[in-house]
Amino acid sequence: MIEFNSLNARLWSKLGQRATFGMTMLELGRELDDLVVLTGDLCTTSGLDRFRAAFPGKFYNIGIAEQNLIGISAGLAKEGKTVFASTFATFGAMRSYEQVRLNLGYMGLNVKLVGLGSGFSMGMFGNTHYGIEDIALMRAIPGLAILSPADCTEVVKATMAAALRSGPFYIRLTGVTNNPIVYRNDYAYEIGKAVCVKPDSDIAIIATGSMVHHAVEAAQILESRGISAEVMDMHTIKPLDDDALRTAANRMKLIVTVEEHSIVGGLGGAVAEFLCGLPHAPRQLIIGMPDAFQIVGDYTYLLEENGLTGPHIAEKILTAFNSRTDY
Amino acid sequence: MTARDETIQNLEAMARRMRRCALRLALSAGNNGAHVGSGLSIIEIMAVLYGGILRIDPKNPAWDGRDRFILSKGHGTLGYYPALMEAGLITREELASFEKNGGILPGQPVMNLEKGIEYSSGTLGHGLSVGIGLALAGKRRGSPHRVFVLMGDGECNEGSVWEACMAARHYRLNNLVAIVDANEMQSDGARCDIMAADYEAMWRAFGWDVRVVDGHNVKDLFETLGMENRTDSPRVIIARTVKGKGVSFIENKAEWHHNRLTREQYDAAMRELPP
Repeated sequence: MIEFNSLNARLWSKLGQRATFGMTMLELGRELDDLVVLTGDLCTTSGLDRFRAAFPGKFYNIGIAEQNLIGISAGLAKEGKTVFASTFATFGAMRSYEQVRLNLGYMGLNVKLVGLGSGFSMGMFGNTHYGIEDIALMRAIPGLAILSPADCTEVVKATMAAALRSGPFYIRLTGVTNNPIVYRNDYAYEIGKAVCVKPDSDIAIIATGSMVHHAVEAAQILESRGISAEVMDMHTIKPLDDDALRTAANRMKLIVTVEEHSIVGGLGGAVAEFLCGLPHAPRQLIIGMPDAFQIVGDYTYLLEENGLTGPHIAEKILTAFNSRTDY
Repeated sequence: MTARDETIQNLEAMARRMRRCALRLALSAGNNGAHVGSGLSIIEIMAVLYGGILRIDPKNPAWDGRDRFILSKGHGTLGYYPALMEAGLITREELASFEKNGGILPGQPVMNLEKGIEYSSGTLGHGLSVGIGLALAGKRRGSPHRVFVLMGDGECNEGSVWEACMAARHYRLNNLVAIVDANEMQSDGARCDIMAADYEAMWRAFGWDVRVVDGHNVKDLFETLGMENRTDSPRVIIARTVKGKGVSFIENKAEWHHNRLTREQYDAAMRELPP
């Protein structure tokens, strides 16, 4: 049984999101008879070596063949299995896009696609491996739920919640080892319910994945300048937490979304689609990767260059907040 | 006459009924048109599968022990739906809803286990991978069910077919049977002009147990489809067929890949078909 405490939070943070995912699968392998895990030649990268050794009958390495990875996963799901399939986010969300649409979306089969190393996590691998558009693509598929955990503790929570809920999921993992900790202690996690990480007024910073940590930092900087900002962990991008957004729209002067994803079609797009349907909604600032391929660099460099760190985020929010006179 | 001869005769009669039924459906589709050529080429394959090979229970279509059939070439519904009716999985009334707005039997199948429809297809190159999943699960839990996946030879242009082909052999899935409707035509014309490939050699090279049959010879099909697989390899049956089989002005004509059948054409076609 996995325990949620500060000791484990530190341990998992050191491992990073991928290894934490693998560790969670090892635990789930003991608990769920019908669990099956597949990967596309990324067993070690997915942190699944111990799972493979412990449960050889529940593990398949499909090789470098992502279309087939999803197709076989779908067949196993049709036979009643709870299936996890892992590959890099770019390949899972793009190379096998139509397989995901047909099998997970249209047929709603019980497959959890785990996108490893999304955002800028792949560093020196370069743009071929960056997860820039995966949220936008996965979000466009009807019926597919999207989870984007804020830290390693939330990876455990999200993985377990997805395993226990029948239906298709895309689980997006970001960051590298020494993944910043958002949750030091146990907390209530529910698919589709955003977590208010820092309650406050005036500005709502709605962040997802790795950006939750940086959003908290940004909110602290803003606070030191006399501006109060709330931080919300939108760990489920689909279905969105409409209630939380409606409340934020009613209470706040500015809504900010922050994501390690293109500003096209990601969390920012999802929130904007919701807000524009409200009779009165505050202005929205979308912070994310620019709509462009990147100069290659390591993870920290790329976050810095793209303005996705606490100080940069705070600066952008300040500019937007101060540019309005009608508050 | 032996019982086997009688079975063959019954299956041949079933195929004749199905071919006429397919044309009635094509006519009923009106201006929507239908994949006429691709449906007619698989009539005998479907008749033999649903009339003599597949272990299914029409009273309990989702029965766990059933053989799984995936129509990966989803545009073959003119061959598929009549077989489902012959097998008692759908009613005549349901069949009449073919390509009707909001109906359960559109031009390409939609998964509906209660009606024995295993998989939503239409987009090509998906079925074999899914069949591997079904076969793997069967092996792992010791279920005797077999998995049959029907593909087109044009469909084998898709790279995903060969990803699956490689994996099925790797997992030694001798409970999996791929059937290739080798009618040598695809949407734009002759396969050899569009993407010439020696599929038979390719399946062999991938390590499959390859059988080649006359895809309109019911006896050949019945024997080959029913043959126990004593190897540890998956089996592919390359069924040599004629696109649009049975109707002279449809056979081997690219324009009949998907087309509208007029009343006059229907009457002319029916005159060519044995009752």
